[in-house]
Amino acid sequence: MRPVYLDNNATTRVDPKVVEAMLPFFTEQFGNASSMHAFGSEVGTALKRARQQLQALLGTEFDHEIVYTGSGTEADNTAILSALETQTGRDEIVTSTVEHPAILALCQWLQKSRGIKVSYVPVDSRGRLDIEAYRKALGPKTAIASIMWANNETGTIFPVETLADLAHEAGALFHTDAVQAVGKVPMDLKTSEIDMLSLSGHKLHAPKGVGALYVRRGVRLRPLLRGGHQERGRRASTENAPGIIGLGAAADLAIQHMQDEQTRVAALRDRLEKGLLQRIGNAFVTGDADNRLPNTANIAFEFIEGEGILLLLNKEGIACSSGSACTSGSLEPSHVLRAMKVPYTAAHGAIRFSFSRENDDADVDRVLDVMPKIVEKLRALSPFWKSGAKTDFEPTYA
Amino acid sequence: MWDYTDKVKEYFYNPKNAGVLEDANGIGDVGAISCGDALRLMLKVDPETEIITAAKFQTFGCGSAIASSSALTELIIGKTISEAMQLTNQDIADFLGGLPPEKMHCSVMGYEALRAAIANYKGDTWVDDHEEGELLCKCFGIDEGMVERAIRVNKLTTIEQVTHFTKAVGSCGTCIEGVEGVLGRVNRDMVAAGELDAAIAFDPASSAIPRRRERHKASPLGAKQQMTTLQKIKLIEGAIEEIRPYLKSDGGDCELVDVDGDRVLVRLSGACIGCQAASVTINGIQERLVAKIGRPLRVIPVPAGH
Ligand SMILES: Cc1ncc(COP(=O)(O)O)c(C=O)c1O
Ligand code: FES
Repeated sequence: MRPVYLDNNATTRVDPKVVEAMLPFFTEQFGNASSMHAFGSEVGTALKRARQQLQALLGTEFDHEIVYTGSGTEADNTAILSALETQTGRDEIVTSTVEHPAILALCQWLQKSRGIKVSYVPVDSRGRLDIEAYRKALGPKTAIASIMWANNETGTIFPVETLADLAHEAGALFHTDAVQAVGKVPMDLKTSEIDMLSLSGHKLHAPKGVGALYVRRGVRLRPLLRGGHQERGRRASTENAPGIIGLGAAADLAIQHMQDEQTRVAALRDRLEKGLLQRIGNAFVTGDADNRLPNTANIAFEFIEGEGILLLLNKEGIACSSGSACTSGSLEPSHVLRAMKVPYTAAHGAIRFSFSRENDDADVDRVLDVMPKIVEKLRALSPFWKSGAKTDFEPTYA
Repeated sequence: MWDYTDKVKEYFYNPKNAGVLEDANGIGDVGAISCGDALRLMLKVDPETEIITAAKFQTFGCGSAIASSSALTELIIGKTISEAMQLTNQDIADFLGGLPPEKMHCSVMGYEALRAAIANYKGDTWVDDHEEGELLCKCFGIDEGMVERAIRVNKLTTIEQVTHFTKAVGSCGTCIEGVEGVLGRVNRDMVAAGELDAAIAFDPASSAIPRRRERHKASPLGAKQQMTTLQKIKLIEGAIEEIRPYLKSDGGDCELVDVDGDRVLVRLSGACIGCQAASVTINGIQERLVAKIGRPLRVIPVPAGH
């Protein structure tokens, strides 16, 4: 049976067209872009073109606003650490409780090791940021506010433009982790107030191990890696030419498919969501249904544990993910669902289905076919399951 | 994904003895939904022979928790109660061809459920040979007796192992001091009894706690250390007042109950309650207090209504 891959927020398949664009740069055009010979210069030309392709996806005006990195995580770390150094007299960070560990673990480390004050702005039960708390957290000591564009677990989109304005009113820089948003929602950074933005190739059908940090013109950047003069001295390391060229090709494809992502992919997601809620009781959607990535559905099935669901889905050739404690190995359910105060009866059974342009109706049908049986099987095993049990949570919709 | 053995997968995909045992005369419940796993073991014991003639289970938890529960029922059916009591969590793990280290707590849960079910069958006449002791880990509701048994049966010598086998210390971490105390004491006893090599026994000197203390002492705020208890309480009260608006905006609240040396007892209410969510809040409060007071403090939640 054809496998069904619905874990595109974890990583995506590299598009064959992207692979094709990359291949020559491993073997034939293997030069170092900095070299003074033909091997180098042909790579240099290809890198320039890749940069323009990424610029087009982000809607940026100047080519030097993009600094390539080794990952989304590196871009996030670079942005925060740089702001702490360039923003003299300011040493505090404002972020949210639902960021990716690429931000949260760094902030916790900065608190512990450097005594940096970090404010974690809470979210409501739908995962929406508490704007009032955000406004209050910003102050004359805030070096940088970092709020993700879209949440990786629920797909909830944050009002980054408003948040950037508010940060600027307080004299702080604004960074957004847009790893999940780039390629899924249209962007036009030249008309934006956002100072820095992180992205990662492997979330948009480019390979793993290449990312980028957008740094708005005029914003100072302290490099994370010092060494050669690559990326104008802002990120030393010989350019990952195949990766960067792959990211360029992927950006190009993302532009071509943006409409498809917004309409067809969103429709697949909606059909899956509605279908599951119709067929399965005591289940609800988490996150902000009115303002979400088009590809993400996070559904909590009450009274069962996510790992069992994933194992049984996997047996049927269906791949998705869960924020449950068992699968993470952390003994605790997802920090995102906890921040949203999703009750424990449901948080352990939350499953994320994340689509891409490579999915189709047959994938949705397969899940709709097997999921009710899986939930029924696990509920029969659960000591807590009683049909018709009531939830004391106000779900997005059920 | 976890590296489960084929046996674990088999017992998860097609669990034996799952469901409700209608005429059970011994029922053991362990775990809670908030903690991520829970098991109800139901036994039917023949009062004449004390043989377990039937056993069924219902489990909420990982694949390995379901497989461990099912394996347990297979292991005990047909055995007498005293034979069943000879089983350990290791027997459950062995039956399944082993469990990933991080999942050993699933086998311990089975073992604990068996003890509870047999205790339930025996009723008042049952005299437990172990003291259950105090509640050690609030996040997962784990008492001293369970930690001690897991240490003895599995010859545990590190905190990480104790977490893998019981989950204690796996969330907020504030119980580490108590767990280290139990681990040190039990390992010492085991060495004395010749059950454990002294060279691998837990060394309290390697504890994570003194190191943390050192760091606080080195802090420039050390000068404040000579304050009186009253001054300290006033400072802590002030700091908690500052924190409360944050908690309230989150739908919760926090109130100072007592200060006992470096232990600050607080009561959480509203949305702060619920095991892991509370632990995050407690960590936050502790960090703020330490920053404010400039002294090492441990913030300890007391259950609501106490
Ligand atoms: C929101 C978010 N930020 C950052 C990252 C990390 O990106 P990378 O894997 O490229 O380091 C991820 C990927 O898991 C993500 O979803
Ligand atoms: S981890 Fe043990 S009390 Fe929180």
